Amino acid sequence: MTLLSIDWFFLIEKILLISGVLVLSLVVAMYSTWGERKVAAWIQDRLGPNRAGPMGLLQPLADGGKLFFKEEIIPTHSNRFLFILGPSIAMMVACMTSAVIPWADTMTIAGRQISLQVADVNIGILFIFGVVSMGVYGIMIGGWASNNKYSLLASVRAASQIISYELPMGLALIALLMLTGTLSLKEIVEQQRHDLWNVVYQPLGFFIFLICAFAECNRTPFDLPEAENELNGGYHLEYSSMKLGFFLFAEYINMFISSALMATMYFGGYAYPYMDKLGLSENMLALTGFLALFIKTLLFIFLFMWVRWTIPRFRYDQLMRLGWRVLIPLALANMLITGALVLFRHH
Amino acid sequence: MGMSTQQIIFMVLSLVALVSALGVVLSKNPVTSVLCLIVTFFAIAGHYVMLNAQFLAVVHIIVYAGAIMVLFLYVMMLMNLNSEIEPQKRNWLKYAGAVSGGALLVVLVAALRDASVPALSESSVEIGLIHNLGKLLFTQYVVPFEVSSILFLSAMVGAVVIGKKD
Repeated sequence: MTLLSIDWFFLIEKILLISGVLVLSLVVAMYSTWGERKVAAWIQDRLGPNRAGPMGLLQPLADGGKLFFKEEIIPTHSNRFLFILGPSIAMMVACMTSAVIPWADTMTIAGRQISLQVADVNIGILFIFGVVSMGVYGIMIGGWASNNKYSLLASVRAASQIISYELPMGLALIALLMLTGTLSLKEIVEQQRHDLWNVVYQPLGFFIFLICAFAECNRTPFDLPEAENELNGGYHLEYSSMKLGFFLFAEYINMFISSALMATMYFGGYAYPYMDKLGLSENMLALTGFLALFIKTLLFIFLFMWVRWTIPRFRYDQLMRLGWRVLIPLALANMLITGALVLFRHH
Repeated sequence: MGMSTQQIIFMVLSLVALVSALGVVLSKNPVTSVLCLIVTFFAIAGHYVMLNAQFLAVVHIIVYAGAIMVLFLYVMMLMNLNSEIEPQKRNWLKYAGAVSGGALLVVLVAALRDASVPALSESSVEIGLIHNLGKLLFTQYVVPFEVSSILFLSAMVGAVVIGKKD
């Protein structure tokens, strides 16, 4: 029987790792909501949440509890199945990307080499791209199934925004691929470990990717699908209870994952300067590498929040003009220059 | 008789693909049809992975499920189609459709019956990986590759010309 010839230790190891990564994403997303409000308060010279627990640290739990116990309303003239499917897709897709991110180097526990990456597929970057392109379905289906004109308008906006910003994102990634010559995120990190970080070679590419990441996460200044002053809250207008919570939560998970991605692809991932000269043991190296990646990710999350509370929202035509007339030509130029330089270096 | 894991996965994927493809044709609601088609694409991408063609699988997802179907859904949602107000097709049109569809099936079966479809051989298991695919596309098949890119370019120019306000 081939069915029983599965390496059970491998299976258990992967299940543990997947659970760990999921829990990490959820906890970080949870505390991002707290962080967002604290950062907002700091920027606006307020105090922020400070009632639940010390420094308001229990606030996310209180919010989650509140969402769970709120009345669940499904509008009468909506498609019930699709109405529930929308937030489920949003949440599931948000949790999927973390599978290909290398969280740290391999560890050795009880004689077993354990890779701290759920799947080192040789198409890692494309996998992420594929999952990101699925993300829009949650918003579209949810907005349409609500049977509300504001929700529908929001989902139409979301679809065109995400498709428009996927293009420069892909073009920026192509330039990075030309440089690294691999699609595996693990190899990209290993290259940066022994060389300069990719952001040094790809400053323009990184900047384009950063802007597109903001747009793909629906964060300010690109949060048009949930513009409250013109669309009454946008695609989640009819949602209540935990289904609303899923939509909001998915945004924070997306933010965490895209921060981790940017840190991995452009800022060395789990590699940090002089890491091989410290003489640390393999396990310590993996642990400090994970900490380095985590700190870089948190810095990016802070950047997301900083921008949100600093820059006002774009108008819709400005958003489209920025995507098609500025970012795509810039990304194309970046790709061309990178290609020429790579060719020049090889000869 | 025990089935190998691969056979089981193949069966499940095929079942999902067939059921969702039937859903595309049989569903009354066009939005449900589009969603069924997306599920079909995922099942087919699963088949690509089974053939060790991961690149093809992911590109299939990105291009078809991720971009083209989003635009389909976009149009369907805005058209507000409804089975009640949908004009009914004439009967002869339905019969003509059934007959021509059946004729196409016969032609396809006749064409494929004698064609030797090479199964995945030992030497070609690596062919779908991105490294080999890229090498092959830019050496052996470089002319068709470039010709198809010109085709895409002309389609893009055409779209811009049509979309431009005069």
